[in-house]
Amino acid sequence: MPRSLLEEATHRLATRARWRPLEYVFWLAAIASVFLVPGRHLILTEVAWLALFALSLDLILGYAGIISLGHAAFFGLGSYAAALLAKYGIVTEPVLALIVAGLIASVLGFATSFLVLRGSDLTRLMVTLGVALIMREFANQIPWLTGGADGLQGVIIAPILGMFQFDIFGHVAYVYCLAVLFVLFLLARRIVYSPFGLSLRAVKGNPLRAGSIGISVNARLVAIYTVSAFYAGVAGALLAQATAFASLDVFSFERSADLLLVLIIGGTGYLYGGLIGAVIFKLMQDWIANLTPQYWQFWIGLVLVLIVLVGRDRIGQWTGGLRLLAEKIIRRVAPGATALAVPPRQGR
Amino acid sequence: MLTILFDGIAYGMLLFVLACGLSVTLGLMNFVNLAHGAFAMAGGYITLVLVNRAGLPFFAGLPIAFIATALIGALFERTLYVHVYSKSHLDQVLFTIGLVFMSVAAVDYVMGSQQVFIHLPEVLQGRFDFFGIGVGRYRLLIIVVCGLLTVGLQLILSGTRFGSRLRASVDDARVARGLGINVNGVFALTFAFGSGLAGLGGALGAEILGLDPTFPLKYMVYFLIVVTVGGTSSITGPFVASLLIGVADVAGKYYVPKFGAFVIYTIMIIMLILRPQGLFARATGK
Repeated sequence: MPRSLLEEATHRLATRARWRPLEYVFWLAAIASVFLVPGRHLILTEVAWLALFALSLDLILGYAGIISLGHAAFFGLGSYAAALLAKYGIVTEPVLALIVAGLIASVLGFATSFLVLRGSDLTRLMVTLGVALIMREFANQIPWLTGGADGLQGVIIAPILGMFQFDIFGHVAYVYCLAVLFVLFLLARRIVYSPFGLSLRAVKGNPLRAGSIGISVNARLVAIYTVSAFYAGVAGALLAQATAFASLDVFSFERSADLLLVLIIGGTGYLYGGLIGAVIFKLMQDWIANLTPQYWQFWIGLVLVLIVLVGRDRIGQWTGGLRLLAEKIIRRVAPGATALAVPPRQGR
Repeated sequence: MLTILFDGIAYGMLLFVLACGLSVTLGLMNFVNLAHGAFAMAGGYITLVLVNRAGLPFFAGLPIAFIATALIGALFERTLYVHVYSKSHLDQVLFTIGLVFMSVAAVDYVMGSQQVFIHLPEVLQGRFDFFGIGVGRYRLLIIVVCGLLTVGLQLILSGTRFGSRLRASVDDARVARGLGINVNGVFALTFAFGSGLAGLGGALGAEILGLDPTFPLKYMVYFLIVVTVGGTSSITGPFVASLLIGVADVAGKYYVPKFGAFVIYTIMIIMLILRPQGLFARATGK
């Protein structure tokens, strides 16, 4: 029976957005990690907020094609916001504070998004970098509020929802971060598979052409940049709540640069890219830091250089192939499951 | 007041020598090289080793720093950078950040993480009074050296055959290639020369800017600001931009120390909003 155009479009969107078997496997593994490796919860907590942070960069880099070297600006703002809210007892309940911190970061994101609209890649790099530097300098110059170079101490985080108190082993923190990550991941998934998400991909592919088919390019970019800032702010707030501390380090350039590496390892324009990247990056960092505590940056740099020289496309093909293989196996095991492997979009 | 202006000009001149190589390579190949500061650091440390450990005179150390860094630059360009030109800006950024991280850790490993100073000869220390203006001898040297370099560069660019090839390549690399200009060759030479200049700047600037392994990260922003504010189509743009930033930074740190670092970042962002193509951009067809 022939379908109308609208039905066809809705059907295709729904097919694209369908949950694939591997995605269930991924999240089941994440839940399993809560029970199976209780001794590693501290590092897994770091993985969780880093994954959320990478997810936020992926939203603008992978889906809208905006290169940012200063994503730490939003991360840091969220981090300080959460710590200050807790310290001065303005919003004590962590989940609420998380949302407030994210909103504060998204206000900055909205305000600076107009700077990002203009100019070429280089201009964007400079502007994002500049915003992060100004934020850092700002936090440094008001020590009465932020604690300056010593960091913000004396933060006490109230129990989550009034019930679960953070413990020193990071069990509660891990479950909390994982839950937040999952909820925000669902939201991001909803966003990128919606018509809005598709229009972003069009803008990334060719802004001029996207404009000529009736997509208001600038409005879309402003919107996704703001959303991304919210995500980064929440990630920063998670860090602040899990460690009950915030320092100038949250704004540092290295943090933004490391974040790019995280996302590149996992693959851009593919929501799980940031998540997988965060896992690999933290494990790698942990491993290298154990070998050479002082010079691990060298090896991180080497990985970056090698990734570019080998070519991100080829690495993407490799992981894409691996995923196809896994999908095939799962289809054989469970023939009922609909599998549709989408290789990661390699983009600029 | 005039002393601040003088210091600011010295600082700006230094920035120009450090950054002009970057602006030319960026304009020529549209290549974002965040690792430019690493070459400057290399020049600084080479001079340090030569002067402090081998006992060479300071004035012999400077040209050696230039040549050595230029050679390192040429080597890197031919072996590594050449693979990255055709890639996207994101790849270029990742690649050069990787190089910066590696250089920072490597220098830390070899030379230690503390800040170091090059021994200056007696002649260059202290300052003298010139009609009421306190003139630092070392800063005077910087102005003289960098001023000569600037004039020299301008002459090379406008007067020689190589200069016109370079200008043609910057204006439109494709057409230049079509006219039989070996753009890649021009670029390799320019890259090496620019790296050499950065090395020289690093050696000269060790006294003023400080030299430690995080140098490339700390000053990366300054170089990029010079380039974005000055534009990439000529060397006059970056020159004026360097002087402007030098004076603004020194004056800002002196008069409003609380907002010292804000001044130049704010200048940069305002510039980017008003003139995204740089201060002296010409309308090109690119």
